[in-house]
Amino acid sequence: MAQVTLTNVKKIYPGGVEAVKGVSFDIPDGGFCVLVGPSGCGKSTLLRMVAGLETISAGEVSIGPRVVNQIGPAERDIAMVFQNYALYPHMSVYENMSYGLRNLGTPKDEIDRRVKEAARILAIEPLLDRRPKQLSGGQRQRVAMGRAIVRKPQVFLFDEPLSNLDAKLRVQMRVEIKKLQRALGVTAIYVTHDQVEAMTLSDKLVVMNAGQVEQIGLPAEVYKKPASKFVATFIGSPPMNILPGTIDGPGIVALGDAILEARDLRQDLSPQTPVEVGLRPEDVEIASEDEAGSLPFDVEFIEELGATQLFHGQLAGLPFVMQAATDAVAAVAGRIWITVDPDRVHVFDSKTGARLGR
Amino acid sequence: MVEDRRLGDAIAYIVLSIGVLIVAFPVWLTFVASSWDNATIINGQLPLYPGPYLFDNYYRILFVGTSGSTREPVASMMLNSFVMAMAIALGKIVISVLSAYAVVYYRFRFRMAAFWIIFVTLMLPVEVRIFPTFKVVSDLNMLDTYQGLAIPLIASATGTLLFRQFFMTIPDELLEASRIDGAGPFRFFKDTVIPLSITTIAALFVIQFIYGWNQYLWPLLITTKDSMQTIVIGIRKMIVTSDALTEWPLAMATAMLAMLPPVLVVIVMQRLFVKGLVETEK
Amino acid sequence: MQKNAYFTGLTVPLLLLLPQLVITVLFFYWPASQAVWQSFLLQDAFGISTDFVWFENYITLFSNPGYYKALINTAIFSSFVCVLSLSIALLFAVMADRQLRGGEIYKTLLIWPYAVAPAIAGVLWLFMFDPSLGMLARGLQSLGIAWNPRLDGNHAMALVILAATWKQISYNFLFFLAGLQSIPKSVIEAAVIDGAGPWRRFWTIVFPLLSPTTFFLLVVNIVYVFFDTFGIIDTVTGGGPSGATETLVYKVYSDGKGGSDLGGSAAQSVILLIMVIAMTAVQFRFIERKVSY
Repeated sequence: MAQVTLTNVKKIYPGGVEAVKGVSFDIPDGGFCVLVGPSGCGKSTLLRMVAGLETISAGEVSIGPRVVNQIGPAERDIAMVFQNYALYPHMSVYENMSYGLRNLGTPKDEIDRRVKEAARILAIEPLLDRRPKQLSGGQRQRVAMGRAIVRKPQVFLFDEPLSNLDAKLRVQMRVEIKKLQRALGVTAIYVTHDQVEAMTLSDKLVVMNAGQVEQIGLPAEVYKKPASKFVATFIGSPPMNILPGTIDGPGIVALGDAILEARDLRQDLSPQTPVEVGLRPEDVEIASEDEAGSLPFDVEFIEELGATQLFHGQLAGLPFVMQAATDAVAAVAGRIWITVDPDRVHVFDSKTGARLGR
Repeated sequence: MVEDRRLGDAIAYIVLSIGVLIVAFPVWLTFVASSWDNATIINGQLPLYPGPYLFDNYYRILFVGTSGSTREPVASMMLNSFVMAMAIALGKIVISVLSAYAVVYYRFRFRMAAFWIIFVTLMLPVEVRIFPTFKVVSDLNMLDTYQGLAIPLIASATGTLLFRQFFMTIPDELLEASRIDGAGPFRFFKDTVIPLSITTIAALFVIQFIYGWNQYLWPLLITTKDSMQTIVIGIRKMIVTSDALTEWPLAMATAMLAMLPPVLVVIVMQRLFVKGLVETEK
Repeated sequence: MQKNAYFTGLTVPLLLLLPQLVITVLFFYWPASQAVWQSFLLQDAFGISTDFVWFENYITLFSNPGYYKALINTAIFSSFVCVLSLSIALLFAVMADRQLRGGEIYKTLLIWPYAVAPAIAGVLWLFMFDPSLGMLARGLQSLGIAWNPRLDGNHAMALVILAATWKQISYNFLFFLAGLQSIPKSVIEAAVIDGAGPWRRFWTIVFPLLSPTTFFLLVVNIVYVFFDTFGIIDTVTGGGPSGATETLVYKVYSDGKGGSDLGGSAAQSVILLIMVIAMTAVQFRFIERKVSY
């Protein structure tokens, strides 16, 4: 097991395109780090640099005490699960899982023991003689995991491993991956564009955008205090409402006519500074008109989700969405009044998108 | 990949360069030979660089002809080759696009029978049934005609299969949609199927043009008049077993001219060529 | 296999099929059946009377040492051309598959010989190896080899093999390259992570995954050597010296040319026909297997 450290890692392609623009973070031994971001943000490239499948243009990657920049993928003591599983189609499941060990010259009985053990853990023992073609998506996924396990690597790398599965299986495999990683105690780096996977799996969440890290933290931290407008809108579903506003005083923002308290807001901003105010649909509560600080919300239509409802409409003349428990209000359009917890008002710089927090 | 690529890349460059050399050397030598006079070649003193007779040789061969066995100028042979290649390519496209449309988009009694009649001929080269076919053509009085050169070669399953395969990938919804829009079989064919097939048609054209241009045995048998010769046949007649009688520079110039059109087609339309080649073989 | 949306009717589809069917019947089925029929007939020396002789033409053929010689020639010729052109093309394709700078140019430079007519390819090689004036022939002679394909059957065979291989490399190269490029990159990367070096990777992953392409090419190449090389042999050696480069197809042509032995020539055609059908069947089995791979 090992700690993984990235120091100012860059990827510059011939032609000058900078896919990764200097990324630094570390993952403690046994940690589960998820790299999340939209497609093209550089997360996969970063993972592939850790794997040794891409060369590192600048900076350093170390696994344990070793700097691995110049070390080939096979010697890095890693295993990788690919998006399309990358199983060898001409080999049986057993041969797929044992291929790496055979390349290392591991004794036959040792290979056999390890493959059988991995197969038992993953419950794929009856499949060992089959070819990948004869397996379902979920089974292939397990074989790909098995191939990673048998090598007993220091680090597991996952490149969007669940994106080819249907929704139900994805949830199930997500849980299994987490359990397995805990049980084996292996350091893991996991790339995904799915924010639910990112939130549920990680104990260290790295949000990336345009080749840069936007925020690093515990998933709950990232959700509660997004470091930028990008993170705020990327993490959370339905996405956070972003409304243009201005500073009205210390800890106070104005949205059109409405005034809103924001406890986390920096105090040193001069009034009339344009800002962007972020409100999560689930942080808004229904109130009565005479309640202090309540805002008028003109509901235009309602989406029924079962446990909750989504109210679409206009807040201070701007498009707005809120989420509330189904039994909260009658499902009719028209004006209602809402309040927001001052601890959950996010304010961002209107130019840079950075959080204006204390 | 973090792997030392330099050695591997160097080997790859060397191997590929040797490959290009092997591929290009015979043609370069041919080109060089087409630019010298016969004496230089017959003495075995041919250098590796072009000589001073390039334009003379090409002018003579194109418009005058050799003094020996074939007196026809090569320009007219090239015209024959061109007509034959175009006729084969276009004819094949027309008949196979029609038959594929019938087989794919119609359900009728003899559908499978028709399909198999065509399909069985897939791998039956003309060489196998050469003399009986010759007899048919001669009975039809088509010896020494363009029809005789082209028509027997335009029937083969390749084109039909290619179009059939392509038509199968056109979603059923398109036919349903154009039906709702009031289009019948003819309109659907003209307004939907053909426009969608343009690249496939072009790819097949490239392959079949080359195939037609390069025909050898068939034109050898059915052309007797010099005026109907194709360029590939013409060059064979220029090469006489006794070295002294062969006008090598002119023969080599003819070889260059015979290679030029199909090679140009491959290089200029490389993408279509590759598509055509890969898809007609599947 | 079938569309779910279709037209009905009988006249229109038959009209659409008519040109293809007429030409196919007229220039394929009729001549092929004629060949079969003729293979059972024997003409007398003056072409006056023709008798139905059952399998006599075949019996004559199989007791003729010349036919076995053509059979052996064909076997030697096709094995050499297949092995050489496939392995050289595979080597080039593997090299071109590395993401090299200028790789596309190499590809273009390697594929164009496909467009050269076999007969022209023959002329090119004939010129280089002409015993009295060919540049490469002189090179061989200066090395002390008495190179003369006009007199030495082995030399003649070597020359046609070289010309046929040269012509076929580009075709095989193109298919091997396409085959290599269709192997998912991630499978190769998985093998890299699994610790397989380039050499081992090639033989345990790439080559097995390429086997459908290789098999397909093998069949196509055999058909190529059997039939398309006619032009090469005719221009380079004319089947000589004394039949040393006479292949089965060439023999059909030379025996039937003068019209002297139409029955024998037809019998040879029929045998070739059966061979081609057998190869088609093999190819079919293979396509089925490929689907289930």
